[in-house]
Amino acid sequence: MKRTVFLSALILLTLIITGCRQRNTGTAGSDVKNGDDNPAYGDAIIEGTIGEPSNLIPMLASDSASHAVSGLIFNGLVKYDTDLSITGDLAEFWDISPDGLVITFHLRKGVRWTDGAEFTADDVLFGYRTIIDEKTPSAYKEDFLQVKKAEVLDRFTFRVTYDKPFAPALTSWGSLVILPKHLLEGKDITKSDMTRDPIGLGPYKLSKWVSGQELLLESNRDYFEGRPYIDHYIYKVIPDPATMFLELKTGGIDMMGLTPIQYTKQTDTAFFRENYRKYRFPAFQYTHLAFNQKHPWFSDKRVRQAIAFGIDKKEIVDVVLFGLGSPATGPYVPNTWPYNPHVKKYEYNPEMARQLLREAGWQDTDGDGIVDKDGKPFQFTILTNAGNALRKNTATIIQWRLEKIGIKVDIRTVEWSTFINQFIDKKRFEAVLLGWSIGLDADQFDIWHSTKTKEKELNFISFSNAEVDELLEKGRRTFDLEKRKKAYFRIQEILADEVPYIFLYVPDATPIVHARIRGIRPTPIGISYNLPKWYVPKILQRHTMVP
Amino acid sequence: MLTYLAKRLLEMIPTLFGITLISFLIIHLAPGKPTDALSEMNPKMTPEARERLEKYYGLDKPVMVQYGLWLKRIVRLDFGESFSMDRRPVMQKIWDTKQPITERRLFITFMLNLMAMIIILLIAIPIGISSATHQHTLFDKITTTTVFVGFAMPSFWLALLLMLLFGVYLDWLPISGLKSMNYDALPFWGKVIDRVRHLVLPLFVVAFGSLAADSRYMRSSMLEVIRQDYVTVARAKGLSEKAVIYRHAFRNALLPLITLIGLSVPGLIGGSVIFENIFGIAGMGQLFFNGVMARDYPLIMAILTIGAFLTLLGNLLADVGYMLADPRIRTGQ
Repeated sequence: MKRTVFLSALILLTLIITGCRQRNTGTAGSDVKNGDDNPAYGDAIIEGTIGEPSNLIPMLASDSASHAVSGLIFNGLVKYDTDLSITGDLAEFWDISPDGLVITFHLRKGVRWTDGAEFTADDVLFGYRTIIDEKTPSAYKEDFLQVKKAEVLDRFTFRVTYDKPFAPALTSWGSLVILPKHLLEGKDITKSDMTRDPIGLGPYKLSKWVSGQELLLESNRDYFEGRPYIDHYIYKVIPDPATMFLELKTGGIDMMGLTPIQYTKQTDTAFFRENYRKYRFPAFQYTHLAFNQKHPWFSDKRVRQAIAFGIDKKEIVDVVLFGLGSPATGPYVPNTWPYNPHVKKYEYNPEMARQLLREAGWQDTDGDGIVDKDGKPFQFTILTNAGNALRKNTATIIQWRLEKIGIKVDIRTVEWSTFINQFIDKKRFEAVLLGWSIGLDADQFDIWHSTKTKEKELNFISFSNAEVDELLEKGRRTFDLEKRKKAYFRIQEILADEVPYIFLYVPDATPIVHARIRGIRPTPIGISYNLPKWYVPKILQRHTMVP
Repeated sequence: MLTYLAKRLLEMIPTLFGITLISFLIIHLAPGKPTDALSEMNPKMTPEARERLEKYYGLDKPVMVQYGLWLKRIVRLDFGESFSMDRRPVMQKIWDTKQPITERRLFITFMLNLMAMIIILLIAIPIGISSATHQHTLFDKITTTTVFVGFAMPSFWLALLLMLLFGVYLDWLPISGLKSMNYDALPFWGKVIDRVRHLVLPLFVVAFGSLAADSRYMRSSMLEVIRQDYVTVARAKGLSEKAVIYRHAFRNALLPLITLIGLSVPGLIGGSVIFENIFGIAGMGQLFFNGVMARDYPLIMAILTIGAFLTLLGNLLADVGYMLADPRIRTGQ
């Protein structure tokens, strides 16, 4: 008896250990002979994701995981081209009336939803009506509430009319408002099956979603821009970043976003060089230190400038991001059209910082190393949200640098929801370290306009500048790129001089992709824009899926 | 016996009511609202839009009114809809009837914990007995040290080390998840082996971390029992040591374990967040943690209520188990 048990245990153990000796150890990289490297259909790409998507109807979701997946399933009327100009997607072309109030979209003909129904202007109108419906809990309503009239001129022509010219209007007609009317009309969209089993018209369609584990997408063979080469796109939910990296090492996933240390150190080995390709481009976000403009100390511009001189942005990029980023000079990403490279830069200069502080009346009178004024030492708290190591490290470096110009800094981290409700909304902070994701449109009215300072609004630092107000209004009321550019350039000059924020850095996005996957062309908007064109040469294909 | 049971069950109702009320109030005391996630630093979110959302979720009503509405639903066993963006019924999230049973969160967590519990008992009881009967020997010292090392070691760290060793360097075992990509294409035995391979590391990590408690309970309870007179009598009768320990002492030493098992009933459905995240297992711990972070009140309340119910039930079962096992309690002496 004992013997049998022992024997079966031994057999099972052997099976377990030998069961998975299937790791593909063949290298995927350079050893493919020329000529074999042709695009071919087939294979699958597996991407690791930390968060699970919540809802695949784009207008109902606000998390990046949901948008990443629904972006493969839905297309918009327009999209951004690789140079950030706007180009047609489901709209072949469009006309804007000379006064900028009317946009007429001429839709592509013959595009079909994956259930076979034809895509028409009615679908766009339906999507628009759904998003402005007050029963639809969407975070993206505002752009569409500006629309005065939306109408279907014929099956393939859709027209919207605005009260005032509104520059972000054109780009708002992306994938948020394209919904299949024939499947959703008369239904409660929040309870629809579409939230977890959508019918779209994009390059991929969802074929399986196992909650908390994986989403399996299958290529849309009738995609209007041609069948995507890679047959399956799989999202594997791996909530722990360390585990995800181990999965990458064993080939369990093909693609993930790397942290700075993973990018520079942990993937700097022969194995990774041979089997993976790393990419790097500026992410559309920036990290900043924002001052509460109502605070008596920070209402003095010289103090804000002094702190700007006292911080070495380059050092933060080098230490916190391992060099994977660039110092920020304003609220735009370098090399995009609204970015103004010629603004005041605040190179690290502690002498200048101390001098400006002296001018503002801050001096170390009691010799404790901390400057003071009216008997009060200059000590303030930088508040940031918990769980973001990059921000915490940045705050620590700032703390150390500011000590050298005689300012004592405390750092406090607070859980996100508490942070927003108790501190940001109530304006109970001296300085916060935060990041903004930058929309691809240049309009930042909500962040800088002096009317946007009420509770829950986004100008929570109470920044107020008449000229900026006027320029923001000007910038969003014209479609003329040159005029817009002028307005946004000037705004950046003012922000650089006024220093309501110290713009710290623009981090790089650093994805890694398995080397067998070809056809990736990095551009300013990243790598995933041409995903349907990615392919794996026939002899390198790894996964075959059972339908 | 039956009257006792009926009385205990009736007592559970006000207790459960009190627990839900307090939980509900405490959850709403925490700063933040479910709408925060939806409007997280989103430049397109105006205060009006936020108000509309709050109204949509019924968050504009006073807390007590909200509790009343919740209670009204709960007596019909309706846990309501999640406040997260997917708006699915809470029960669907816990027990997704659209998925095969092996992919439902409650099932995954329950089975994992049940297997872990069985493994732990199978290892901890013999360890406890042996270290009691061989008190102060080298064996006792080694096992004591080992179980405490397991207890003290952070499970996420041990998990990562094991993943690195068995997953990356040796390439023997998969790293995360509960099945392989090609699972559906495998033959039956292939599926079984695939499952087992995925379970080895998670179960080992859980079991290693929890051996200490059960084995120490077992040891001390055994130590107490083998000093009793009836054990001496058994020995004096000339019974073999084996018979003394396993027939006479062991059964009585098991009594405290009944309490322990009763108390671990609620734990069967509450997974560990850290452990589930590390191994990429879609269980209840993850669901609950994400629910708390997103202030998903209906989901949090559902899991807390089920947990509270199971705790009370576990206590009751432990008491009943005691009554059945121990005549002294049964006859009230």
